Amino acid sequence: MASGKSGTALELRGSTGAVRRPNARRGNLARLIGEIKRKRHGYTLLAPYFILFFTFTAFPVLMAFALSFTSFNVLEPPKWVGWENYANLFVKDEVFLTAVKNTLLFAAVTGPISYVACFFLAWLINELSPGIRSVVTLLFYAPSISGNVYLIWQVAFSGDSFGYVNAFLMKWGFAMEPIQWLQDPKYMLAIIMVVQLWLSLGTAFLAFIAGLQGLDATLVEAGAIDGIRNRWQELWFITLPSLRPMLMFGAVMQITASFAVADVATNLVGFPSPQYAGHTIVTHLNDFGAIRFEMGYASSVAAVLFAMMLGTNLVVQKLLRKVGE
Amino acid sequence: MLSMPGLRLRRKKKLNRSIAVDLALFLVLSAAGAFMAVPFVFMVSTALKPLDEMFLFPPTFIVRSPTLDNFYDLTLIFANSWVPLSRYIFNTVFVAFLGTAGHVILASMAAYPLAKLKLPGGNLLFTIVILSLMFAPQVTAIPNYLTITWLGLLDSYWALIFPALATSLGLFLMKQFMEQIPDALIEAAKIDGASEYRIFWKIIMPIVRPAWLTLVIFSFKGLWGTGSGEQGASFVYSEQLKTMDYAFGQILSGGFVRSGPMAAAALIMMLVPVSIFILTQRSVIQTMSTSGLKD
Repeated sequence: MASGKSGTALELRGSTGAVRRPNARRGNLARLIGEIKRKRHGYTLLAPYFILFFTFTAFPVLMAFALSFTSFNVLEPPKWVGWENYANLFVKDEVFLTAVKNTLLFAAVTGPISYVACFFLAWLINELSPGIRSVVTLLFYAPSISGNVYLIWQVAFSGDSFGYVNAFLMKWGFAMEPIQWLQDPKYMLAIIMVVQLWLSLGTAFLAFIAGLQGLDATLVEAGAIDGIRNRWQELWFITLPSLRPMLMFGAVMQITASFAVADVATNLVGFPSPQYAGHTIVTHLNDFGAIRFEMGYASSVAAVLFAMMLGTNLVVQKLLRKVGE
Repeated sequence: MLSMPGLRLRRKKKLNRSIAVDLALFLVLSAAGAFMAVPFVFMVSTALKPLDEMFLFPPTFIVRSPTLDNFYDLTLIFANSWVPLSRYIFNTVFVAFLGTAGHVILASMAAYPLAKLKLPGGNLLFTIVILSLMFAPQVTAIPNYLTITWLGLLDSYWALIFPALATSLGLFLMKQFMEQIPDALIEAAKIDGASEYRIFWKIIMPIVRPAWLTLVIFSFKGLWGTGSGEQGASFVYSEQLKTMDYAFGQILSGGFVRSGPMAAAALIMMLVPVSIFILTQRSVIQTMSTSGLKD
């Protein structure tokens, strides 16, 4: 890239044009090789990480795309089937379409709500004194690092009269008999969303807290002179624009997580869930990958998931670049 | 003279704030806090409930006669399993410690040249890392399963450890943090004749302590709860190699009666990552302040 660019630059300047160009290119190449040699220790340092990174994160994406065009059951070598897997996904597989619908609902509800909540709560916490602030930060962040604690929601929403929510509703006369919260497709999705939101104050939340703490106080003072009257104006004209890099990072974290809902759904409403009301793209992927061993088909599910996550992320990054402009 | 106290009063009051809105927002924050805290209170309460109290109607939100029966039951449940509880604990501790230590070291090693040495191709590598933050690891589960099988690592600790060594968030945070180290410091060490490796180990690593403490908590929380999902179950299928999280997950299949021991198990499991976060919170916040994505 670099050598090519300066090559054209030379050509444009080009008094000696065609004769000089190959030499210049060779010179650039030699310089590049020289630089790589000089910095070989740097490459040695990053090699172990990147060998593993390419083996387990980057190349697997390409592998998944390649496999998605095959029929592959692990025992026999993969067989090329062209677009058949994708055709089946979108035309024949009604369960997949349910999974897509549920996943999009999750992403559309928990994604934006959790993102706004992460920022808004971090913004409120930032007003507290440092000691209280770290306690409240711990409380809000704790669910996302507490592993299986969210299973307690299962006890709360238990379908008999010993479940807390049912007991409460029955005691106060809102319900005559226990509601099957986790078995009734009417409620399942909403409950999973609530639990997912409870779990969602994670990395992005910490990034916002850090960003707000590092905010330059003189900006606020300068803003007051420029006519900023209340905290909402301060938020819109000073805080949000200064925090744009964090907002972009946080968006990546929240979007990726909001498309990947699976374990919470499986553990709360079971697999397969009644009428597939808690079925998501990732549970569909697990179903075909880890249970049925239809690796080709599962890979096409993974490819669709990848496209959705990456696409949404890139679009949102574009939009967030406009904050405060 | 007269205006002095007034001036001092105004300076004490924070800019752009009014008491009414302060109060309203405080209420919002309290409500959110309650929503976050209630499940924890409820879990501690459930963990301490004797069995007969589980079946009271209306149920008691706060335990009336707390006991440690559920913790004792937990050991009874595992007394009958042919893999002892201690083995599950060992598996989790081994995987979590080795995976976390490896990740912190490898990610720091890779972050240093990316942040400070301006390698040809370095920006391209970092862009790929950022792009990889934009999809969840589930996308690569199937290829990883095949790779692990091909490497002969299926059904071993390494099947859980290897993919976790090179997670992209760690490298991203570490590289962003290292960028604020002044170049002069590295130049000075070079003039003194220190090699790149020596600079990395003796100068960079001590400075970026907050960042590697952050990588510790992020990597550890993932590995500590590993092995319970669909993916963990297919990467490691021998019972004696399963993790604590998997073993505890089985308890709940016993139904509502088991919710006491389940709560006890969840309480034990959360103590470790939460304690690590309490100890490292200040460093984590310091690290996250450099976490922004620049355009």
